[in-house]
Amino acid sequence: MALDENGKRIFKVVGTRPARPDGIDKVTGRAMYGADATAPGMLFGQFLRSPHAHAKIKSIDTSAAEALSGVKAVITSKDFGTPEDESVRDVQDNCMAGDKVLYDGHAVAAVAATSAAIAKQALKLIKVDYEVLPHVTDVDAAMQADAPIVQAGRAMDDLPAGMSENVTYHFEFGHGDLEAGFAKADKIVERSFKTAATHQGYIEPHACLAAMNSDGKGELWCCTQGQFYVRELCADIMEMDASQLRVTASEIGGGFGGKTTVFIEPVALALSRKSGRPVKVVMSREEVFRASGPTVSSSTDVKIGMTNDGRITAAHATLRYQGGAFPCGTVQFGAQSAFAAYDLDAVQTIGWSAMTNRPKEAAYRAPGAPMAIYAVESVVDELCQELALDPLEVRLKNAADKGTKSSYGPTFDAIGLKATLEAAVAHPHYAAPLGPNQGRGLSCGFWFNFGGNTSVSMNLNFDGTVGITEGNPDIGGSRASISQMAAEELGIGYEKVRTIVADTNSIGHNDVTDGSRVTFAVGLATIKAARDAIQKMCARVAKIWDIDEDAVYWEDGYAKPSGPNAGTFEPMSLEEIAAISAETGGPIAGHHEVNADGAGVSFGVHLVDIEVDPETGATTVLRYTVFQDAGKAIHPDYVEGQMQGGAVQGIGWALNEEYIYGEDGRLQNPGLLDYRIPVASDLPNIDTVILEIPNPGHPYGVRGVGETPIVPPLAAISNAVSRATGLRLSELPMSPPRVLKALNAKG
Amino acid sequence: MVKVAIWGSLRSATDGKAEVVVEAGNFKQLLDQLVIEYPGLEPQIKRGVSLALDGKIYRDAWFTKINEDSEVVLMPYMVGG
Repeated sequence: MALDENGKRIFKVVGTRPARPDGIDKVTGRAMYGADATAPGMLFGQFLRSPHAHAKIKSIDTSAAEALSGVKAVITSKDFGTPEDESVRDVQDNCMAGDKVLYDGHAVAAVAATSAAIAKQALKLIKVDYEVLPHVTDVDAAMQADAPIVQAGRAMDDLPAGMSENVTYHFEFGHGDLEAGFAKADKIVERSFKTAATHQGYIEPHACLAAMNSDGKGELWCCTQGQFYVRELCADIMEMDASQLRVTASEIGGGFGGKTTVFIEPVALALSRKSGRPVKVVMSREEVFRASGPTVSSSTDVKIGMTNDGRITAAHATLRYQGGAFPCGTVQFGAQSAFAAYDLDAVQTIGWSAMTNRPKEAAYRAPGAPMAIYAVESVVDELCQELALDPLEVRLKNAADKGTKSSYGPTFDAIGLKATLEAAVAHPHYAAPLGPNQGRGLSCGFWFNFGGNTSVSMNLNFDGTVGITEGNPDIGGSRASISQMAAEELGIGYEKVRTIVADTNSIGHNDVTDGSRVTFAVGLATIKAARDAIQKMCARVAKIWDIDEDAVYWEDGYAKPSGPNAGTFEPMSLEEIAAISAETGGPIAGHHEVNADGAGVSFGVHLVDIEVDPETGATTVLRYTVFQDAGKAIHPDYVEGQMQGGAVQGIGWALNEEYIYGEDGRLQNPGLLDYRIPVASDLPNIDTVILEIPNPGHPYGVRGVGETPIVPPLAAISNAVSRATGLRLSELPMSPPRVLKALNAKG
Repeated sequence: MVKVAIWGSLRSATDGKAEVVVEAGNFKQLLDQLVIEYPGLEPQIKRGVSLALDGKIYRDAWFTKINEDSEVVLMPYMVGG
């Protein structure tokens, strides 16, 4: 669905900042999250988890636990079947280990009991006989031919000689003659970088309430980014028809990609089926760290050639990602996005993915892109330093634009990278003075965005208000922006519209809330649903006026005769049409179902000032500005919130956050005291500059905005630290001990 | 006939060719034809691919029309977070 021809329309509701519809419930504690559901006769489910990074399960004895008073069910992998689909099998095996535990925290059994205390006591009575196996948690080590094999039989086809069976994927992208390109360079910089695995850091732990009835029907309440995908996975694992499992998404306390799959839901359903009672499971924070889905960790080599005047002549990157104990294709997105910001004649990226004894990776905002672009933008910045060039001017000189053949293949349509760079050049932040031990860094960022399967229903109530039913959990303000687009299209006030997120049996399929897709795709479907309803309203009015349907048109919330030949009639409002809809043919509704395409890629530029304490190595963020092309910003508050949230998560990734594994392969910091995410007192206000370059693939010009802002902070901060200290650190996070060590080594 | 750009690591299935030409009027026909003419592409196509048509990325859009002069790029299936 292309941008409306009247692309310069003056919006009345879109672009305003109405109060968020979920605000009161959330600040008063009335919002129903995953752990807030209860049911009569409910049991409490708990998991027994592996204390080993890698071990064979020789036997599990659950008899003592089952004999404990109050215990109603104990399950292990033997209570599950074998799904046909390999990816579903992996999800199941991640939720409950088969014959091996693959990481510290991997579930081996689960108990449902009449109280959480009894369930916990029962876990202690389960006897597991392990044969401990060698383990590997580092990606470079996991790729070596002599590495411990995490899962046999999962290696990629055509595994190169000298590589471990742990290597599951290989991707290559690019074009042009690298050798010739590097030959034209006046300066070539080649560096290697590492980034730690991080967690999405959502505040609400995974939680669900599952009820399997004796007639085979199931109900599942859970916090998720996608109730339809949860239904698909759970129905496959439970060997039941999708129609018989109704999944309702709770209010969600953060997801950021980490709630796009399941970790506890199939187990809760299996416990419920076995016990005949509803079962509630709530992960502890420690379980969230050990057994949900963090990001990949990475190891990357980058080589870039540049002329003395700042033109990039050739660029190459080799990326190695580990995504935990199962095959993980995330490196493909790193390899595609690494050089997306640049217009290059010669570019190549090579990506490798390996299994390790860590939890199965889950998505995290722009999965795979931040670590790749961190490495690339660090080298671009080093070249600017070496050649004494302005880093923004160099990026402008090499920036991708409409007509650029992207590094991953397609030719770009209209994109906003140059506009964001020019906005950064013109912003007072770029020229502000800096003090001692302070530095300024910047980085470009990129994400693809996509649309996907979407269903929207719109119902006109008899009183002239409008109810919208959609199927994507609201993780970033979508209920407000959907209501705004409906109000805009119908020509009524925002307060007349209420949008709800429906369960899986109340609306057609919707893909997961991910890929920055919801405002784009659900918005597009909402506009089409509104146009469907308008057409029906015009038909009703045509009957009332006894004229042809095409002699009635819709404008500003009213049906009007299309001209003098149509006759002279008083325009009829939506409210008037709805009030008599019973008499004119029955309720009026609009709906639209689509697999939306044309999401439009997104670019951003981040500018940051930091100060490094030379005595402690601690880095303080002093000033931060985000520039991003949002297409049309439907609700600017939420767009700014996405830009600020992404920047803050990226700051945490750059400075402190990391999964730390001991020599024993166990996670050393599974808690928010030792895994340090930024809090308000660590941060300045994050300034935002929204650029609105309309996306040609959406009637209002919307682009996704949620993922791009986590991409630039890693390099922007690293570049700032480099300029403050004269050091080029090559590993994230740049935690105080790591920075201090580098400062001391420099002397 | 439609020219299709193949990403680097799939070129072992296309005799090293970065671009192949197949007879297709839409995405479904294109994917079917790729599998027939280059069976080594089948595992990846089954795992999932996106297609970029004149710079616009599509997932699962079988009946999208392709013109002979269109730029068509085979890409991995897009996911997000």
